[in-house]
Amino acid sequence: METLTGAFVAGAETPVEERVLDVRDLRMRYGSNDVLDGVTFTARRGEVLALLGPNGAGKTTTIEILEGFRMRSAGEVRVLGVDPAAGGERWRARLGVVLQSWRDHGKWRVRELLHHLGTYYADYSTPLIRRPWPVDDLIDVVGLTPQAGKRVGQLSGGQRRRLDVAIGIVGRPELLFLDEPTVGFDPSARREFHDLVHRLTDVDDTTILLTTHDLDEAEKLADRIVILAGGRIIADGSADELSRRIEGESEVRWSRDGSRYVHSAADATRFVRELFLQYGDDIADLEVRRASLEDTYMTMVRDFEAGRGAAAASVFEGVR
Amino acid sequence: MSSVSTAVRTGFARGGIELRQTLTNGLDLWTYLFPAVLLLGTIFFMRDATVPGTDFSLGARTLPSAFGMGLAFSGLVTVASLLVTDREDGTLLRAKATPNGMSGYLVGKIVLVGGMAVISLVIQLVPGLFLVEGLRVDAGGWLTLLWLVPLAFVATMPIGAVLGSVLDNPRNIGLIMLPMIGLIAISGIFYPISSMPGWLQGVGQVFPVYWLGLGMRSVFLPDALAAVELGHSWRHLEMVGVLGAWAVLGLLLAPVILRRMARRESGSTVAARREKAMQRVG
Repeated sequence: METLTGAFVAGAETPVEERVLDVRDLRMRYGSNDVLDGVTFTARRGEVLALLGPNGAGKTTTIEILEGFRMRSAGEVRVLGVDPAAGGERWRARLGVVLQSWRDHGKWRVRELLHHLGTYYADYSTPLIRRPWPVDDLIDVVGLTPQAGKRVGQLSGGQRRRLDVAIGIVGRPELLFLDEPTVGFDPSARREFHDLVHRLTDVDDTTILLTTHDLDEAEKLADRIVILAGGRIIADGSADELSRRIEGESEVRWSRDGSRYVHSAADATRFVRELFLQYGDDIADLEVRRASLEDTYMTMVRDFEAGRGAAAASVFEGVR
Repeated sequence: MSSVSTAVRTGFARGGIELRQTLTNGLDLWTYLFPAVLLLGTIFFMRDATVPGTDFSLGARTLPSAFGMGLAFSGLVTVASLLVTDREDGTLLRAKATPNGMSGYLVGKIVLVGGMAVISLVIQLVPGLFLVEGLRVDAGGWLTLLWLVPLAFVATMPIGAVLGSVLDNPRNIGLIMLPMIGLIAISGIFYPISSMPGWLQGVGQVFPVYWLGLGMRSVFLPDALAAVELGHSWRHLEMVGVLGAWAVLGLLLAPVILRRMARRESGSTVAARREKAMQRVG
């Protein structure tokens, strides 16, 4: 696969010991259905990586394999240098998993639960990373100090989500997994959550892998975006890089003699030059709109959801 | 080694916290009190009946039998239903995402269920003593309690955990409840097993409920009452044999089945169950 060769070269240049995540040719097959078909990516220490893709692209399968919750069919996977299929408790102690909240531990009080879960990590404290996170500091970081004595079952949706994050980071993880962290959030809860993630990456050198189907979220949170569709990676790079690399068709609009025209052109500059050569001063209301990353992504998602997997992948052809 | 001590330490902390929680909310208090009220009511209405062939109060015989039933019920049904609900609501997945979390979870459940069983026992025993006459515990009785109660837990909890692992939906707890009620009916808890047809006596004696009832009677009733039991004895040896066999079976099966069940837990399986539960509610 030669998707975004540049990014791959950069990934390959990351020294092995710096690679918190190293996924090579990951495959997952259910019966005759390939859910993941040769997924390859790496993540550096301290990097925030977003796995972006439409529903059913294989994001959750990927993250669950990396978390050690699901066995893969084939491929090489190293998470903090360890194969997740064989990861022991010491390895588990270095990971944080933010699970989707539900009704668990509803009778527990916030502080009590965080303190209890923290005790599991005390055995894995090192001089460099003191585990667990002191409970009152942690509660403060996620902004739950006023709710510290409340029962978990009585928290609001947003508060409950912050508790989920707190549980995910109570062991001061070196790598944190966030699977669809803001599904079902209203805009203000989503913003609050984004602020929290930013605070985390500021406080610690935590590597974060998050999945989302929302490009806007990926752009806001991630240093690097890996786009997954139909079980394959179709793009990999920072939001800026991805935008720049899209050499998709630009849309040119103009009017002449009172009629309006729209034309898609691969080379808009050349097209416009020829337009003026031909019609000169007759051209008015000229507008050139370059395809944005968002447009390209939306086209891909639409194609994918309409069952046109191959077409979806080819939307990013221009990126290759 | 350190992970074992962590599991025990965190497990006891966990079990202790959850046990305290059962004493501070209405629903849990009700699940302690409701069976006690039911049992004491039953015994109250039995006060004039006697054990067939004796002039000993039937109520005084039923109370310890019911203690045995309670132990079996805790070990089988409570363990199974806690496991099913913890799986459905994601508690188990959180344990799985935590280092040594699963061991801590299991120790915690054992402490919780053991503690709940003891609390239930006390809630039924203390008022029961005022309702019936003839119960007494001698030194031998205390000794019996010392091995019988732990054996009861070892014989039933692993089997309960297996049942809880096999069921996938809290609504299916009924699948355990119904056979359990049938089993109680043929285990000589509320009426002596000797009055049942021979083949039913045989079936009843295969399962732990009968033997736990018998064991508790041997603790609380005068030895003369052994005469009305099958074999005219408390049959402690056979008791240890049958309960021990269940313990071995459970301890062989439970780790395999629990591990298989735990391996399948992931964010998406919990999400799928939530989806299902939401559909039921909505």
